[in-house]
Amino acid sequence: MNYFKILLNGIVKENPTFVLLLGMCPTLGTTSSAINGMSMGLATMAVLICSNFLISCVKKIIPDMVRIPSFIVIIASLVTVLQMLIKAYAPDVDKNLGLFIPLIVVNCIILGRAEAFAAKNNPFASILDGIGIGLGFTIALTLLGCVRELLGTGHAFGFELFSENYGALVFVLAPGAFIALGYLIAIVNKLRG
Amino acid sequence: MAYILIFITAIFVNNVVLSQFLGICPFLGVSKKVETASGMAAAVAFVLVFATVVTYLIQIYVLDACGLGYLQTIAFILVIAALVQMVEIVLKKVSPSLYQALGVFLPLITTNCCILGVTIQVASGTYASPGLDHNLLTGVVYALCTAVGFGVALVVFAGIREQLSRVSVPKGVQGMSIALITAGLLAMAFMGFSGVNNGLQKLFGIE
Repeated sequence: MNYFKILLNGIVKENPTFVLLLGMCPTLGTTSSAINGMSMGLATMAVLICSNFLISCVKKIIPDMVRIPSFIVIIASLVTVLQMLIKAYAPDVDKNLGLFIPLIVVNCIILGRAEAFAAKNNPFASILDGIGIGLGFTIALTLLGCVRELLGTGHAFGFELFSENYGALVFVLAPGAFIALGYLIAIVNKLRG
Repeated sequence: MAYILIFITAIFVNNVVLSQFLGICPFLGVSKKVETASGMAAAVAFVLVFATVVTYLIQIYVLDACGLGYLQTIAFILVIAALVQMVEIVLKKVSPSLYQALGVFLPLITTNCCILGVTIQVASGTYASPGLDHNLLTGVVYALCTAVGFGVALVVFAGIREQLSRVSVPKGVQGMSIALITAGLLAMAFMGFSGVNNGLQKLFGIE
């Protein structure tokens, strides 16, 4: 199989947020600003790459019956390691994302890719798939965070583009998350034809 | 009075789906019919309260007692998965009719982030309960109220979507797009309750 195709597949054709509509909780919950969205995307990508690689390596040892629980234990261990690293080296990120870091465990994207891709393919292809899907997720979250931050406060990545007085604060708050994502999905649907 | 405050805050002011963004997947996935939505809500309430009790006890008597706090995520997700499985087996024996009604939704609950989220909140004592200590009773009350809040949001949203299926929607926003925009409007309606908890807190005289 063409390795470049695997990489591109996750970003465009099977974008986890806009096309597969998976992992909606972190997508909506952490995108109040572009930076938050991006850090969540990168954290998920890190777990996804490692879990895809590990699961693809041990797939022959795990009996079919206990497949899902074993995957969950692997993912949960990786998330715990990531949580400790973030707490130690990026306390700000930990404060902003809060509860959503341990919740990466129940992100359906990760278990979904483990089941759909890593359990069937070799480790190298699985890493590429992790990078592809992870990048697709990160791009989607950053885009949504950017849109919400711009419409809500007039900033993008913390740089002021227009005065905060003209922003619609609702986009930073909970309802804006749903509405912005709804319209983004509509635009993506239109573009995909 | 303090329990009533938790109740109102968890359902209306700080709704688990519409303002905390936990449990979005079932909220969008099983909200096409009011009937299935209420089934899902009941199953979540059942598992959430049960899981809160078990994980809280594990946190206090196993993890904290042995200094294993860092195993929280792994331990909790395993407990939840095992609990869901156990609830499924017990229900099948004890009440086949309820098992039939909940059927498909039970296994789905394991990956519902509202369960893991709320159990972590309760076990680490990061939820709001003005005027009350964080203990097992408050935790269970909070979990139950959160579950009711989840149910209210889910059933109301399912009602709206049932009506929505009868009107013609512009082609571009069909499907998930219009569902998300509707959820946004619903969240806006719930935002109308913000601040109610502070007023009630003053009214009840809770510091």
